[in-house]
Amino acid sequence: MDFKALGLKAGIEIHQQLDTAEKLFCHCPTTLRETEEHTGEFFRYLHATVSEMGEVDRAAAEEMMNRRQFHYLTYDTTCLVENDEEPPAPMNPEALEIALQVARTFEMHPVEQVHTMRKLVIDGSNTSGFQRTAMVAMGGVLPGDGEVETLCLEEEAAQRVEGSTFSLDRLGIPLVEITTSPCMHTPEAVQETAEYIGMVLRSTGKVKRGLGTIRQDVNISIKDGARVEIKGVQDLALIAEVVRREVTRQVNLLAIRDELRVRNASVGEETHDVTALFAETKSSILKRAKSILAVVLPGFAGLVGREVQPGRRLGTEISDYVKKCGLGGIFHTDELPAYGVTAEEVAALRAHLGVADEDAVILISGSKEKAACGAKQVRHRARLALEGVPEETRKMLDEGNTAYMRPLPGAARMYPETDVLPVTITGEHWAAVRVPELLSDLARRMEDELELDPAVARQAAYSEHLPLFRAAVQAGIKPNLAARTVLGTLKELSRDGVAVETIADQDVLNVLAAVEKGEVAKEAVPDLLTEVAGGKTAAEAVADHAGGVSAEELAAIVEKIVAERIKFVQEKQMRALGPLMGVVMKEVRGKVDGKIVSEALRAEISRVI
Amino acid sequence: MSTYATGDVVAASCRGHPVEGIYITDRDGMAVLKLKSGYNIGVDQETCTLVRRAGDQPAPAVPTVVQDETLPELAIISTGGTIASKIDYRTGAVTSQFTADDILRAVPGLTTVARYRAEMLATILSENMTPSTWQALARAVHAAVTNGAEGVIVTHGTDTMSYSASALSFMLDTPAPVVFVGSQRSADRPSSDNVMNAMCAAAAARSDLGEVAVAMHATTNDDLCAVHRGTRVRKMHTSRRDAFQSHEMAPVATVAYPSLAVDLSPEAVRRGAVEPALHADLEERCGLLYSYPGMPEEAVRVYEEFKGLVIAGTGLGHVSSECIEALREMIDAGTTVVMTSQCLHGRVCDRVYDTGRDLLAAGVVEGEDMLPETALTKLMWVLGNTADREEGRRLMATDLKGEIRRRSDYGF
Repeated sequence: MDFKALGLKAGIEIHQQLDTAEKLFCHCPTTLRETEEHTGEFFRYLHATVSEMGEVDRAAAEEMMNRRQFHYLTYDTTCLVENDEEPPAPMNPEALEIALQVARTFEMHPVEQVHTMRKLVIDGSNTSGFQRTAMVAMGGVLPGDGEVETLCLEEEAAQRVEGSTFSLDRLGIPLVEITTSPCMHTPEAVQETAEYIGMVLRSTGKVKRGLGTIRQDVNISIKDGARVEIKGVQDLALIAEVVRREVTRQVNLLAIRDELRVRNASVGEETHDVTALFAETKSSILKRAKSILAVVLPGFAGLVGREVQPGRRLGTEISDYVKKCGLGGIFHTDELPAYGVTAEEVAALRAHLGVADEDAVILISGSKEKAACGAKQVRHRARLALEGVPEETRKMLDEGNTAYMRPLPGAARMYPETDVLPVTITGEHWAAVRVPELLSDLARRMEDELELDPAVARQAAYSEHLPLFRAAVQAGIKPNLAARTVLGTLKELSRDGVAVETIADQDVLNVLAAVEKGEVAKEAVPDLLTEVAGGKTAAEAVADHAGGVSAEELAAIVEKIVAERIKFVQEKQMRALGPLMGVVMKEVRGKVDGKIVSEALRAEISRVI
Repeated sequence: MSTYATGDVVAASCRGHPVEGIYITDRDGMAVLKLKSGYNIGVDQETCTLVRRAGDQPAPAVPTVVQDETLPELAIISTGGTIASKIDYRTGAVTSQFTADDILRAVPGLTTVARYRAEMLATILSENMTPSTWQALARAVHAAVTNGAEGVIVTHGTDTMSYSASALSFMLDTPAPVVFVGSQRSADRPSSDNVMNAMCAAAAARSDLGEVAVAMHATTNDDLCAVHRGTRVRKMHTSRRDAFQSHEMAPVATVAYPSLAVDLSPEAVRRGAVEPALHADLEERCGLLYSYPGMPEEAVRVYEEFKGLVIAGTGLGHVSSECIEALREMIDAGTTVVMTSQCLHGRVCDRVYDTGRDLLAAGVVEGEDMLPETALTKLMWVLGNTADREEGRRLMATDLKGEIRRRSDYGF
């Protein structure tokens, strides 16, 4: 695809959790919990409210079509603020400081007086029914000719446990939201920009790491298309594919629109009750339904079943709108007979409705109320198909496809958070904000100063264990040993099932210090750390491995091992050195440095061959 | 005074970055603009230039409230408070400026429970209530009941709702339910408790209850409202939905949500038990004094000119011995002094310790197990309705509207 010719315009919003001691508007820790640790539970309903402009936000209005009871899990690390039972505390100054650091890195203009807003979100993920968010800075630069539009500080939502149950441990963790202008014109550029912004955020050393701590939303439009916001792309590697597939979708929807216009297609205004037609049906879905309704789409035949993304058709898009009514989906004549609906039933349906071959019929089944709601949604989405691409918020599916979530929200979903006083950012404050060293610069610096291999330096700089690596180097550990242990050994042990998360940083430092002092060999590090994970103190583990092996003892061990394998040694000559190294090392249990063992073994092999 | 009006489109600079937005208000010397994204920011006023005047904005269309004439009629009397609050975007503060019709718009479900006649008595925050507001409210409620309302809903700020409910309990004999309702979380948030509380209050006002009560969330869940007797209810939390608790007794009713099923307790006074009557006189010169260790006698003497004084004493109902002489002189001079306990739970008994016996000797009336705030509104009512001192003392020690319980039940 020629993205430039298609007029691709893309921007991203990056949401990054901050690693602050406390949440944004209360004094709870920002610790995530296991759901089985919850200490309480309550449930609520949410109601749509009118904004300060006197209107109900369209996204909020749609969310309210299907009122649900929301359940919330509480913990001993959550409080009445998360429960929406206490007004918020003042904005967390630590979080604001990190946001300002990031703003400075992008050369942004800080807002002089920061006003916290309430953004209506009534999907249940916020107990209050809104997310608190504040614009902190605007107008920044990106490498190339990109532009950062805004930086906001906002609270994280509660995570969904299942269905309508949410967990309150995540609610209120500070997030920075960085929004770029629609300045990217290829899928690759979107991915590179996301990577760069992620790197800048990690440079502060104050962001959370790991799955789910950073989320990308992508805004995409093409010429004649519409702005579509795709939420929650967690995997950076998928961003480019998401963009490619969205462009494909918009191109296909525009082609469908053009075809519909040529055919002079329209949307039937009438909803037909066809429940009686299916009285004897074998289709289990239709059999269960109290009410089966049909909407006729003149001129749509063949196009409802047309693919817009791999495995997704216009019919799927219509079905997504219908799901908002609490229904499972639709049947359409482009895919029938199927699902237990027979060719005879389809013919009878067409005859009953008096529709022509070029017309499509959509069936909606469910309770009376839900089916009526569904029919309305079918007509709504079909009308949008005549226009082309609807403006939507969409969620990411596996492999980069997307599905409809809700209409794009308007400004009506924002109103002031009156319980939080505005925060003034003075000129002196802004001038005193420290710009963090970018990780890309740090990697280069470590390469020079610590004489590390470029790849290792980069790996260390970008690793979430950078603070431990730095502490080790600071403590006089050789950079290469520190890097190998922190970036390699720990990961390998974890892969082998060792509970490395139980090893305190100080234990790692103590083990490495023992190696530096020559108390144990560096080969013993994996064993030592395994024992620490098993419950020993670092000192105990070191003591068990220390004591050393004298040169005479080593010579005797080497002699014995070579003698036992003399045939192998004579056959392999010096090539036997490698395989025998492991055997000797096991025998000396990491008490002798590998280099010394290797020399002793080489000497012994030379002697016998 | 700003040169801009709310709604004007203004261009400005955010530390050198050009912005354009709708002027909202001035805040701490900054101009607050609403940007296209919906965000508000404060900018330096000096950098603002007018792009265009707001002109006359058409007021948003207000949906008309359609009532079901086949349903029984309730009166809604609004006095203000959070349940009837809107944001004032000039100050950013939540203010009470809602009419009763606005409540029907905010809680559309109400029209499925009853039809309503609405009266806006006041739009004040409840900390600004006065005894004269209680009197106006009592008259309005009495008029509604005698004019045929099945029940009355009073919307009220929660801070002093229990004072008003207890004051009305004494001022009114009502055959119909008079249900006070408020909300702890503002009406402008999707999670507000106003919807459920109002629906439950309407259900209680239609029920067989026949007394003055307060209907609020029973728990933090949206599942049940408790209906509390007006003389035995207290706000026990600054912010939680279930802040209101019945004191030393079960609620007189519960209302399930969303079914609105009302369950009256055996103790609840039933509809029609009394004929409507209004005794709205109050003696406003009454005080409430919270005693504490080391309280000097001047603190007591402040009330020398008052007609009545309720003391929230320590424990069984004590003040330091140092204050007793001042109390004796006040009582001798004509002030009625009633002792309650800051323990809130339990009964006053001034016959156990010397201090208590000295207080009794000085002429202090034991307030039994009355809540201090209820004792205050009762004292105002008693002194407003009888000139006879001994009769006043007798009435203060007598249960009139469920404020005193003869027995201290175990389990509350």
